[in-house]
Amino acid sequence: MSQAQDQALLVVDDLHVHFNVGRESLLPWSPPRLLKAVSGVSFTLRAGETLGIVGESGCGKSSLARALIGLNPVTAGSVKLAGRELAGLPASQWRPLRSEMQMIFQDPLSSLNPRMTIGEIIAEPLRTLQPSLSRVDVKHELDRVMARVGLLPNVINRYPHEFSGGQCQRVGIARALIVRPKLIICDEPVSALDVSIQAQVINLLVDLQKDEGLALIFIAHDLAVVRHISDRVMVMYLGKVMESAPADELFSRPQHPYTQALLSAVPIPDPQRQRSRVIQILEGDLPSPISPPSGCVFRTRCPQAFADCATDVPELREAECGGAHRLACRRH
Amino acid sequence: MLKFILRRILLEALPTLLILVTVTFFLIRLAPGGPFSAEIDVPPEVKAAIEAKYRLDQSLPAQYFGYLADLTRGDFGPSFKYKDFTVNDLVNKAMPVSFRLGVTAFIIAVILGVGAGVTAALRQNTWIDYSVMGVAMIGVVLPNFVLAPVLALIFAIWLKLLPAGGWDGGRAIYMVLPVAVLCQHYISVIARITRGSMIEVLGSPFIRTARAKGLPMRYIVRRHALKPAMLPVISYLGPAFVGIITGSVVVETFFGIPGIGQLFVNGALNRDYPMVLGLTILIGTLMIVFNAIVDIVYGLIDPRIRIK
Repeated sequence: MSQAQDQALLVVDDLHVHFNVGRESLLPWSPPRLLKAVSGVSFTLRAGETLGIVGESGCGKSSLARALIGLNPVTAGSVKLAGRELAGLPASQWRPLRSEMQMIFQDPLSSLNPRMTIGEIIAEPLRTLQPSLSRVDVKHELDRVMARVGLLPNVINRYPHEFSGGQCQRVGIARALIVRPKLIICDEPVSALDVSIQAQVINLLVDLQKDEGLALIFIAHDLAVVRHISDRVMVMYLGKVMESAPADELFSRPQHPYTQALLSAVPIPDPQRQRSRVIQILEGDLPSPISPPSGCVFRTRCPQAFADCATDVPELREAECGGAHRLACRRH
Repeated sequence: MLKFILRRILLEALPTLLILVTVTFFLIRLAPGGPFSAEIDVPPEVKAAIEAKYRLDQSLPAQYFGYLADLTRGDFGPSFKYKDFTVNDLVNKAMPVSFRLGVTAFIIAVILGVGAGVTAALRQNTWIDYSVMGVAMIGVVLPNFVLAPVLALIFAIWLKLLPAGGWDGGRAIYMVLPVAVLCQHYISVIARITRGSMIEVLGSPFIRTARAKGLPMRYIVRRHALKPAMLPVISYLGPAFVGIITGSVVVETFFGIPGIGQLFVNGALNRDYPMVLGLTILIGTLMIVFNAIVDIVYGLIDPRIRIK
């Protein structure tokens, strides 16, 4: 076993997540239709690393995240957390692993039970996952995580609706932290927040990651945020990984036509350069994930597509520029 | 809390009841015939004596204010039909019977209805869901005057397991059939409301959070989903409780149970003005009280609508 695999916290191999979306017609024998939200995603996450996942709406980012934590069933493939296979595990055997992997959601307020106090919400994972802990220990842990995310101890008996979005997201983070996980999956954790609050929450996540050695999977469509927080970035399109590289490398030298188009859409905070930049606008809409295009899924909108793209499925392989840069494109 | 209750009584309950009494008082007198028109040809002196005894010789407004004055003393007047009894006596005797029957049916309806609804919601779109909801649909549409004779036929006449009627002080064996018929409709409605709101709650983001925390499904249902899913059920339960206690007219008549329902039917048929008025006030009061209880329970369940 190589050094890299020894340190690997999460190994995802050829993961597929399909949803049954009814049949092609009303006849009961007509073939079922499958929505392939994630088709064949593989990656490795080292302990303490941050992986950013970007892509437009409907590219399968959230389905991937939910499958990793067991909210969606995995159709095929393997998810290994510290060497243990998670895919297809029954709920009862999942539970002990929950302490290692937690998730933060997009809409902070509606993700919290409006009928429970902040203290109850944050402490609940501990009460169920580690029922042997005494009341005093639970309180101690509760105080610890609340202080860690910057919540004052006197809010413990208040209800979620009495808080702002940023504070609710802190509650969400505290709730995830209390079981001392090794990995937190953040599904668009800041897209529902104001920009100033976004910065606070992101900085909190960065601090936590440094101090506690957390690994993060950070899903967002805000590329600046992803660049700021991630060690490595993975670009997804229609359920497949298009390109994956260290963050700075990906943002400075994007190889895949899709990544280039995505990055060209980011406004530049300098009026002169902003005016002179070339925006590559993608034609058309995202194709239906129920019947994705043959060959390369991006070819229908790719400015550089050629005939072979319709027949050959490009593998995700090391790019010519080498290093950890990987991409799936016939052009390179 | 005390302020809330006071405001409820002074500003809402009392005016509502006053309007209710007034409207009922005049409406029932609009109905043709009178309490004593059935009695054959009494001499005019006797008729005058009877009317004087029951204040029927006075003008309508005088009767109305006289009745209101009696009400403030808690006196609902004499029954015109059961001549030696006051309305208070009769209601006091019938109320415990209806109450016992109603509460039993109510508890059973809540337990079975909520249980069936939650079961169906957790197994949404499976054969379990479809069969529970199918049975509940039959329960909603099947009238109790059909179910009552059918059950009596099967269990009393054919199988000879249960009595076909009577009360006998409320012995358990006499209660089985009336309770079954009475709660049938409520079980079905509660099951359907519970299923619908449970499915909605289970799809909400905070349930997803709870699942991501790693809580077991049974715990999530009990701790996170049940309370919010109960809100629509509870708002139905307030009026349903009053209905189940006072409105069991068909059931009480069919099984010969001496409860409020029978009093109401007889009162209305005999133009027993004080009886009808008394029962109207009783039902109105219960309705107001239970709706207030529902509001308070709402606040207990959901901190966002807690009474300020």
